[in-house]
Order: sequence, then structure tokens, then C-alpha cells
Amino acid sequence: MAKQKKVDGKQPAGSGDAELHKSLLHSMLLQRRFEERVAEAYALGKIGGFCHLYIGQEAVSTGSLSLLRPDDYVITTYRDHGQALARGMTPRSIMAELFGRVDGCVHGKGGSMHLFDRNLNFMGGHGIVGGHVPIATGVGFAIKYRGGDQVMICFMGESVVNTGAFHEALNMAGLWKLPVVYVIENNRYGMGTSLERASAIHDIYERGAAYNMNRAQCDGQDVFAVREAMAEAIERARTEQRPTLLEVRTYRFMGHSMSDAVSGTYRPKAELEEWQKRDPIVLLRTFMHERGEIDDAGVQAMDDEVKAVVQDSWDFADASPEPPLEALYEDVLVESTT
Amino acid sequence: MPIITYRDALNQALREEMQRDDRVFIMGEEVAVYQGAYKVSKGLLQEFGEMRVVDTPITELGFAGVGVGAAMVGLRPVIEFMTWNFAVLALDQVLNAAAKMLYMTGGQYNVPMVFRGPNGAALQLSAQHSQAFESWLAHIPGIKVVTPGTPYDAKGLLKSAIRDDNPICFLEGEMLYNNKGEVPEEEYLIPIGVADLKREGDHATIVTNGKMVLVAMKAADELAKEGINIDVVDLRTVRPMDVEAIKASVMKTNRCVVLEEGWELCGIGAQVVDYVQRDCFDYLDAPVIRVHQADVPMPYAKNLERHAKPDVPKTIAAVKKVMYID
Amino acid sequence: MATKIFMEALSPTMEEGRLVKWLKNEGDAVKSGDPLAEVETDKAIMELVARGDGILRKRLVNEGDAKPVGTLVGVIGTADENIDELVGGAAAAATASAAPAPAAASAKSPEPATEPPTEKPAVPQSPSPSAPQPPASGSAARSSPVARKMAADNGLNLSGVSGSGPAGRIIKRDIEAAMAAGQKSGPQTTDHRPPSTREGDYQDLPLTQIRKTIAKRLSESIGPIPTFYLTAEFDLENAAQLRMAMADLGPEFKVSFNDIILKAVATALSQHPEVNAHWLGDKIRQHNRVHLGMAVATDDGLIVPVIFDADTKRMSQISAEAKELAGLARSRKLKSEQYTGSTFSVSNLGMFGIEQFTAIINPPETAILAIGAVEDKVVIEKGEQVVRKRLRVTMSCDHRAIDGAVGAKFLVTLRRLIENPLMLVY
Repeated sequence: MAKQKKVDGKQPAGSGDAELHKSLLHSMLLQRRFEERVAEAYALGKIGGFCHLYIGQEAVSTGSLSLLRPDDYVITTYRDHGQALARGMTPRSIMAELFGRVDGCVHGKGGSMHLFDRNLNFMGGHGIVGGHVPIATGVGFAIKYRGGDQVMICFMGESVVNTGAFHEALNMAGLWKLPVVYVIENNRYGMGTSLERASAIHDIYERGAAYNMNRAQCDGQDVFAVREAMAEAIERARTEQRPTLLEVRTYRFMGHSMSDAVSGTYRPKAELEEWQKRDPIVLLRTFMHERGEIDDAGVQAMDDEVKAVVQDSWDFADASPEPPLEALYEDVLVESTT
Repeated sequence: MPIITYRDALNQALREEMQRDDRVFIMGEEVAVYQGAYKVSKGLLQEFGEMRVVDTPITELGFAGVGVGAAMVGLRPVIEFMTWNFAVLALDQVLNAAAKMLYMTGGQYNVPMVFRGPNGAALQLSAQHSQAFESWLAHIPGIKVVTPGTPYDAKGLLKSAIRDDNPICFLEGEMLYNNKGEVPEEEYLIPIGVADLKREGDHATIVTNGKMVLVAMKAADELAKEGINIDVVDLRTVRPMDVEAIKASVMKTNRCVVLEEGWELCGIGAQVVDYVQRDCFDYLDAPVIRVHQADVPMPYAKNLERHAKPDVPKTIAAVKKVMYID
Repeated sequence: MATKIFMEALSPTMEEGRLVKWLKNEGDAVKSGDPLAEVETDKAIMELVARGDGILRKRLVNEGDAKPVGTLVGVIGTADENIDELVGGAAAAATASAAPAPAAASAKSPEPATEPPTEKPAVPQSPSPSAPQPPASGSAARSSPVARKMAADNGLNLSGVSGSGPAGRIIKRDIEAAMAAGQKSGPQTTDHRPPSTREGDYQDLPLTQIRKTIAKRLSESIGPIPTFYLTAEFDLENAAQLRMAMADLGPEFKVSFNDIILKAVATALSQHPEVNAHWLGDKIRQHNRVHLGMAVATDDGLIVPVIFDADTKRMSQISAEAKELAGLARSRKLKSEQYTGSTFSVSNLGMFGIEQFTAIINPPETAILAIGAVEDKVVIEKGEQVVRKRLRVTMSCDHRAIDGAVGAKFLVTLRRLIENPLMLVY
């Protein structure tokens, strides 16, 4: 039966594993530093088109994906840099893609919104709000069809829940009992429209009731809270083949996209500042400090290392050639049949 | 050779391909317990079980997307739309997911699946249930659009579509399901993208596809009584379109009529005319004339519906016009 | 290490931004991400944020000023850092009318607004020699593409074909009918193909620019075939004496004036391929063989059977063939190969007592000779009035191919032959 569970961690509960904490911090810091440079590259014209930053939400990607097996599946929206890095895609392949170069993960055909890596079962990077949710359900169907025990993790923003695709996809997953975890990254705003102005109910996880689906809500700034909630959902999917709707409360520290001001007209600056006090990286770092798991020098060293990795991805992308013109007509159709 | 219905030809194709490849499954509204809204999937549930013959809620966008997801990870879904009129709700998955996936993943994810169902008008179903979508779909790079007009073509093309590693839109016809034709017992495939010269003549060409093939053949029969011999080019696939077959026929006959089920503006015929004017300009004896549905939503009343649809008399009149016979 | 503050592209389409307001003063401490200034983009007012930590050392742009993306607008550094070099360079860049940084410019403005507008070349008012020539037919009648192609493939001139399509459009069936009927509908539907052709039967001359211009301008002036006429009067006394002398040898040697004229025309044509020619639209084909058409009136209308290789035939052969062809024509027994392929035609209305007339050119031939009646006339010879047998001929010439002097020279040759018929047996 469906059950309802609310997770509301004000302070990180943590675990006893200092090495795990370091790897979580590293994962989040890499996303943060990477996207800071993405913003710079965009401002300098090296990156074009739509570009949506994830800064502020890193605990969701890192917390969720740190629990997965390599053969599990991940799918997300156009705000995909964070999940791609957390899933293990290289900064080089992502930065080169953002630069529109041939060494990008999809060879310059997708850009910021369409990061894919089939070797990591990272299934994108989708640009139509809600469009990827039925696809996630389809992957869940395929897992069940084959009798596998993989799990599909489907990320989406809270604005997705008002689309028909969301409803249709979750209804089938609930009906057919498919191993999918639907993760709502509730960052409060669908572009410039607040949740309260878009949804009839404001505790989004409650929508799971309509699909007879296990559901929960958790703090998205606390990586441990995310991990705890996700661990339960993933276990349920893997062993019981049952879906979960998990609402993760978080906040984006940047504008909706590069053409949106950081605070904009639609959210008060004080609100942004209030959320910034709960920066997921600062929270984890402080926790580790207090536990003596890392000192200032250790933080500095990790930051330097991450910055160097990001600089390397920039240099790599800058040096990578543009796609050859003949690539224009490649990969429209495959020639093969079975 | 056995004579069977178009419906049974499709049923045979589905059964044979499901027997051949256990990654193939069929999903849609009423395909399993009800045995198919038009009985195309009759008997499949009993043979293959409910994991491979899957009834869905009324949720076109949802189950079309389920098909895309399953295809991306290696299954080979056949997604049945009760009619293509309902598939409009799922167009996002066809257009933005299935058709784009290979390209925007830089070749990493192909989508081997078939979207299929009846297309176009039947009888007195009025505006929302009587629309032909091949021109809409043919506009989209990244998919193939198949429109068989005979039982033989339906079976051979559906088998090819299921085996194809690309997304295929397969447009059938409610008014075709009961049509009978010769279908060999032994296995055969028909390549996608190859037109078929259904009838040979040298006075004029009718280029057509899908349900209109029957109309073209009847018109040709009538014209033959007056000594007018028609080349009937059945495109069979509208994307990719067999331009060479069109050219070969028009260069022979010098006169061309395009007969299509849909509306005029930006229709299939518009594309055929473009190929003809581009490649056969010096071979034309008359402007190409198109026969199509009237540029209105389909009305209910019998007489109005008949007036709106492309038919044999309109086709004959068009042929005579390109032949300057008044 | 100091951090440069650039005017950033704060919208995907922004090319320059106006700095509305500085949010930090020089000397203020700033952290990465802090808003430094408000910038008005093409869409909205946005915040320009710090990309590094330190102190805002220098503001290089005044509030209210617009700067292209990539312009250095300020510097962040530590309190004691020397930033003179950075600031100096920036000042220079700023005064140099602030050219955008190359990367930003190339990425954000694929079509610079400063590109000079490309002027379309003026449409030439006068016919350009290199302009496409009108179709060979030069016909005002419409025709279907395949009809034009079939006509061109078969050397058929569309101007003589009447169209049965809408608004007189010439369509495939009209061409088929014209080809099947050959000259039944008149000389204008003649197929120019000789029954058999050999290498060297003709040479194709590409049209010179002057030829093209003449063809075009004169066609505009007078219609599809710009025709002019040359009339000459020949003395036939010697020819008459020849006829009498031959007749004296016996009935089998009888020749008519017409036979003598035909032989003379054929012989003259062999010396003047420039009038033994076809106009093919994009070229002139001069024939080295003389296939002489002779117009014959029948009950059905005019038809032009052909004496092939007339220049190589003896007068008796020409005489016999002319009689036979005329008979076949009148009894409608001509085969199509007997009335197609002429390279030059003659029309004789002398038997009707017509003294002089003009004939219509039989395209694609370029000339036709109209032969009048042989009549006794009073002429002045050595100051005395004498009665002589005289003949008037009029040559119609297609000016696109033949100029007046060319036609005249042919008539000079013809006069020499007709007035000295012994030359015909030389």
C-alpha cells in the first residue's frame, strides 16, 4: 500500500563514513565550480542557446545518484549539468558539448539541454517540460518486461507535475507497479511562476495518492536527507518493483536561465538570501568541519583540485574542433534493421 | 495464393514478428482483452500473454512515451493508436522524442518502434475522427511514414517496420481493414521507401498512397473503358518518398494527377508536385492536378461527406483535365 | 591576481548593454557572485555579478553608458595590487570605440549590422547579348514543356503548329499530330531531317554575338521570321534556245523552263551553302547537300516534295523526278520521307501567269525562291528595243540567318547559270 512519509531534516544527520562525506562534498563542489565557469563562458559567448544552471540544488543530484548501481538508469530535464556530473560524465565531455564542439558528449548536436551518455545509462537531458516522464515510465516497463532489478531515477522540476504527461506517466507506473523513482526537485519556481501560483496543492508529494504510489518529501539542501529518502525509494523499486514519488525541497540560486536575473521580478531578494544560508555545500562542509573530517587546508586543496579539473575541461573544450559539416546529415536515421 | 483481409494481414505480421523476436510487444487501448478496437490484435493476448499484449488506460501521450522509453533501452514496441486522430495527443512523443532521439544524442540512442493505427476518414464519423495525418508526419525528419493500401503491402511493410531500427509511423485505414487481397503463405518483406507501380499505362500517371490506392485503381478501371491507360504509382511510403518512381512514370506519361486523402495546403501532393516540377519539367504536357479532401473539417451528413472526400469521379475528371479531354 | 569585469552577454541575443547603475563603489569589498552593477540588455535590466573575490578597484564605465559585450568595465583586485596595466589597456580599448571582444562578437552577432547592404545589379534595360535566347520557335503561342522538348528533339518548329490546349497551348498531341501529318498542314510543319545523313552533310555554325543580336532585334521588328525580299529579272533567251535545241533532238530530250530553273537553283545552292541552311535557334546549320523542295498545289493544299541531292542530278533526272513528285502529290500518294528534309525550296506560280510574287519561308529553312511566269518583254539592248523572254524571281530570306548581300550574291550566281544554261552541263 501507499504510504506517506515526510522527511524534514534541519541539520544533517550524516553517517559515520568520512570518506563517503568527502566524495559527496567533492561531487557537489565539482558541479558548483563547473557551473560557475559555465556562466563565465556563456557571458563570453563561448556557450550559446538556452543554458539553465543548477547551482544551489547540488545535494539532490549528488544525494540521489550516489546510491545508484552502474546499470541503473537516470533521466532528467534540461537543467541537467548537475546530474550529468553526479552520474559520472566527464567535465570535458560536458564542457565540449556546451561549447558546441565535436568532442562533446553528443558531438555538438545537443548542447546544454541534451546531455546523454549511454555507457552510464544517462538518458538525457530533455527540453519539453514533462516529455521525459513517460519515457522514464517506459524504461521502468522495460525493466519489468525483462525481469531485471534495475531502477530508473527520473528527475523533474515541480512545474512538471501540472502537465498531462506527468499524470499519464505516473498513473501507469502506479497501475503497473514499475521500478521508477520520480524525483520532484521543488525549487519553488517554474521559470518565474511560483508553485503557489501554479498548483492547486502545495505539498506536491501528495499527488502520489492519486496514483496509489508511495510518496515522501525531504530537505533538498541536506545531502544526507536526500540520501535517506532516496535509499528507501530505490530499495522499494529494486526489491518490490514499486514506484515512489519523492518531493525534494530545494532552491536554485541562479535565475531560470542565462537570460533571467538572479533574483528577478518574481522572487524577493530576501528569500534568495534566506535559502543561500542553507547552501548544500556549506552545510556539508560545516558538518565535516565540526566532526573533524576535513580542515581548512583540506577544503582549499579540494577546491583547487576541482578548479583545475574544470579549467582542464575549459581548455579541452576550447581546443576541440567544431563538428564537421557533414555531421549535419548524420544520425537522422539508422541504416540497420534487426 | 490465399485471399485474406487487410486486418488479417496485419494480424499475421504482428504474430509472426512477436514469434520471431521476444523484444516485440504491442501496447495500446483495447489491444488485449477486447482483442483490438478493430480486431487487428485478435488472439495475440492468448498467445503471448499480458506482458507482451498490454492494455493501457486512455492515455495516448503516456503510452507513446512508454514506447519511446522501452525502445531506447532495447525493446521493440508496437504502439497502437485506436486512431491517428487520437495520436495528436501523443504528437510530442513522436515529434520531440522518437524523431529527435538519435540526432540529439549524437547517435547513441536509436528508437526502434512502430506507432500504428487507422488513419483518415471512415464513414460519417465527422470532424474529429476523420483526418488524414500523413502529410503532418511526413514533415518530420527522423521518422519513416508508411501507408499501405493493400493486404499484401500491409503485411510486408508492417514486418519491415517492426524490424526497422528507426521510429516508424504506420498509417492504416478503417475502410481498408475488410478489404481482401492475395497474401502469400510464405514469409516476405517489403522494403520501406519503395513505391509500387500498381497498374501500367502510358496516358497519365496517378501518384497516390494509402487508402486512395483503391480509388485510383477504380478510376483507372473506368478510364480504361474509354481507352485511357493509367500508371498508378502507389508511394506506399511517404517518408522517405520514392522520387525515382514518380519521375520514371511522369517522364513516360507526361501527365500527372496526385490523389491524396488529406487537405490541400502543404499536403503530400504538394511535395509530389514539387518533385515533378523540379525533375520532370521538360516532360510535362499539362500542369499537375491534385485531388484531395475539401478544405473543411469533415461534415457528418452523408451527402456532404461524400462531397468533401476525394473519390473516383473527381479523380477521373482530373485525369481528363491533364489529358485535355473535356 | 586581479579579476577583470567585462560587459557580459546577459541575454542570448544581447550585443551591447547600458550600465544603468553601479551597485558597488570603488574600494568596496566584493565576493564572487555579488551584483556589481545593473545593466540594461535588449530585454531587461540584469545584474552584472563579480567573477572573483577582492576589492572593486576601478570602475571604467560611467553610469548611463552603453558598451559592447566583452568591453572591460572594471577591475577587482586586492587592496595593494597594481592594476595600472589592466586599466590602461582598457581605457585604450574603451576609447577605440569599444570594439567587442572577438569571441563575444563572433558568437553573438553572426550578422553584423554594419555590413554594407549588397546592391542588386540593375536589371539591364537593353537586350544583353548573353541573355538567354527565346525558344527556337520564337512563337507567341504557349506550349507545354514536353511539347517544346519533342519539337526540339525532332527539329520541328512550333510556330507552325496550332495548339489544341487551353488558350491555344501546344501540347503533346499537337506535336504528335504534326509529326504524323508532316506537311499536310502546310509547309510550316516540315521536318527537316533528310532521309539519311552522313558525316559532312552539314556544318553547324555557332551564332556570333552580332548574329544573335540581328536575330533578336529583327524578330522583334517583324515577327517570328524577319523576312526580306530580293527580286531579280533574268533573261531566258538562251534557255529558250536550249529548250528548242533539245526538243529538236527528240521528245525524250524535252525539258521545261522549270526543269532548267530547278537545275540552276540546285547548282547555285551547291555554291552557296549560306542560303542552303536551317535556322535552329541557337545555331545555323549550313547544308552541304542540296535537298530541293518544290511547292506543289494540290486539292488539299500546298505540299513540298523534295528532290534529294538535286545538285548532283542531271537535268533529265530532275525533270523526271519533278514530274513524278508532282503527280504523286496531286494523287496524295507521297510518302512522308518524300516531303521531309528539304534544305531550300522553290515555288513556281508561272503556270498561272503570275509575273512576280513573294513566297513564305518554310522553316527551319532560311530562304525560298518564288518563280514567276516566263514572258516576252520589250527590253533595251544596245540602245534598241528588242523582245526577249524574261523571268522574274523573288527570294524570301530569313534575316536572322541571311543578310541582303548574301542573298544577292546567290542571285548573281543563279542569274549567271540561268542566262548561260550551258554552264549547267559544264
